[in-house]
Amino acid sequence: MSMLAPLERFRLLQRRRLAAAGASKSILLDRFRLLRRRRLISLVPIVAIVIILPLLFSSAYYYRVAALVFLFGIAALGLNLLMGFAGQVSLGHAGFMGIGAYAVAIGPTAFGIPPVLSFILGALLSALVAFVVGRPILRLKEHYLAVATLGFGILLAIVFTNEANWTGGPDGMAVPQLILFNWPLRGAAVWYWILAVSFLVGAVIALNLINSPTGRALRAIHDSEVAARVLGIDVAQKKLMIFVISAVYTSIAGSYLALLDGYITPQISGFLRSIELVAMVVLGGMGSVAGSLVGAAVLVILPQALTLFDEYEHVVLGLIVMGVMIFLRAGIVPSLAAAFGGGRS
Amino acid sequence: MANFRVAAAFAAVGLATALLACPASAQVKIGSVLSVTGPASFLGEPEKETLKIYVDKINAKGGIDGQKLQLIIYDDGGNANAARTFATRLVEQDKVVAMVGGATTGTSMAEIPVFQDAQIPFISLGGSIRIIQPVKKWVFKTPHTDRMACEKIFADLKKRKLTKVALISGTDAFGKSMRDQCIAVAPKAGITIVHVENYGPHDSDMTPQLTKIKATPGVQAVINTGFGQGPAIVTRDYRQLGIPYPLYQSHGVASKQFIKLAGPAANGVRLPAAALLVADQLPDSDPQKPVVVAYKKTFEAKTGKPVSTFGGHAYDALMIFAAAAKRAGSFDKAKVRDQIEKTKGFIGTGGTFNMSPTNHLGLDLSAFRMLEIKDGEWTLVH
Repeated sequence: MSMLAPLERFRLLQRRRLAAAGASKSILLDRFRLLRRRRLISLVPIVAIVIILPLLFSSAYYYRVAALVFLFGIAALGLNLLMGFAGQVSLGHAGFMGIGAYAVAIGPTAFGIPPVLSFILGALLSALVAFVVGRPILRLKEHYLAVATLGFGILLAIVFTNEANWTGGPDGMAVPQLILFNWPLRGAAVWYWILAVSFLVGAVIALNLINSPTGRALRAIHDSEVAARVLGIDVAQKKLMIFVISAVYTSIAGSYLALLDGYITPQISGFLRSIELVAMVVLGGMGSVAGSLVGAAVLVILPQALTLFDEYEHVVLGLIVMGVMIFLRAGIVPSLAAAFGGGRS
Repeated sequence: MANFRVAAAFAAVGLATALLACPASAQVKIGSVLSVTGPASFLGEPEKETLKIYVDKINAKGGIDGQKLQLIIYDDGGNANAARTFATRLVEQDKVVAMVGGATTGTSMAEIPVFQDAQIPFISLGGSIRIIQPVKKWVFKTPHTDRMACEKIFADLKKRKLTKVALISGTDAFGKSMRDQCIAVAPKAGITIVHVENYGPHDSDMTPQLTKIKATPGVQAVINTGFGQGPAIVTRDYRQLGIPYPLYQSHGVASKQFIKLAGPAANGVRLPAAALLVADQLPDSDPQKPVVVAYKKTFEAKTGKPVSTFGGHAYDALMIFAAAAKRAGSFDKAKVRDQIEKTKGFIGTGGTFNMSPTNHLGLDLSAFRMLEIKDGEWTLVH
């Protein structure tokens, strides 16, 4: 909704400039600059936060929580591309987290593949699985799609639980440390920077995608598949493509989680984790890049802040989530942007 | 930009909540991360109750060396990632002197590096032997291992001159881990495992697997490693098929619930279990009797719930820490750790603990009692 408005205004602006400049050669440059500014400006506050936050951190605990926010931000961003832009729901995305996580755990221990390579192979494997599974699954719509993806996620969790020879079974397995150029990556502060930068890279790619013809096609699919098809968009192909991209995002987050914790259990791909990811997307704001991060921040930080409610922790958490959904119906970021920005956004 | 303002507002809110979480008081703090909610809550709940009751008791008696304990418990919901975050929090924010808990093997394993790095004693309540083997300097545990349960069963089999067994196990964490341990220790115990079957934790009929076992030649006894309702169904199907060999269950079914679910089929089933379960039946000469009877009474009076061995593990861990701190004469982490390692002859609900630099559990086979179910009641096998 609010995503279309700036685009239209942008085109209007372009046309006006075109008329004013009288078709000089600087138009191309102007257009390029404007486009870049438009796309990336929304990341400026996030970059600022990434740089300022460590000044306020008094211990490794803060770094860890912040690192987890960016980590789940990456996963939520991936799911948001699918849900927010293409309008396809997935209740099984934690399955891809599991693939990424077990890739960096099993690759080095069972096959002697270096962790960095395992990391990349995990992402590729997730892409492949998404490609194969996506074809039949994405023919389904709405509730049917939700149930099919749900089944897919649960299936993967069962595999991770039962293939104990590979995965260590329900008790989980240790994950070898990631060593980059003889430098072992450990400590929450190191991971904070890795994850913050990874999130920003992911966000830039996502923003580029959103503002490309593919992005516009996806939003058209979101609004009406029939209309999109009439316009000549290959709906099935685009949906499959975004499903694969979204799986790769989530898989990378899963790999990071395994490396950060140094230990994984099949719970990483469990049903509850999938629901958590969906909640992050919906809370933060469907179709909002910053919203993915905010949604992740809320669901990572709140359980930490609410421990002072002891036994009532879950009740309070539930009430807050309900409150947000009632009062900020479009998700935190889009709703507040509309409220603060008035007609501007 | 509107986006900028929104994001800035959120950064502020985020920071405010983070600052809320700062520690305040100056007592001696001991931490615990337990799975109070979620799938492992049957472990975390009694452990939490137990720790609360006994920390209060210690404080009521004037604390340790005049210093009162403050117990900080976080709930990880059975999630290894959350467990590690809370472990970091206990170390970095709350500055605990020791950690008691880590309810499951998975959560404990995720927490271990945090305490190893920070050099803080960590007494885990997780079941698997992987927690303490290989030995980690700062990590201890109190629950019996599944390996010990296997060895106890095998010893009983030997006494009955049975050497060929079939295994049937659940694919849950408990069943799987114990199955692997039984297979691993069988050769040393002189037991041959002639057949292995599996069932899913939510299966409602184990007749096919048991039929196969019945058809396997040479089987003399059957061992079921599993937890929850599975073993009860195995027991019922086992009797229905009229399989004539003795049936052994694991310590995972050591609760009244099992007898209720299995009904009369449970009669004759043998299993290894902690003395806590048969507290009232222990002979008065048993050194464990006063400890387990006292714990049982206290727990049941305070919570109104039947006692479980899991809460008992938390009791043992807390008391081992308290005794070690008293001997150390201070709450210096290294000294307390050394004293925990020197725990000798400590009688807990799980058995008599004798720790050493190579054994961070310190229980031997005498910790388990072999029980047989007779007329719906636990009885000691002598």
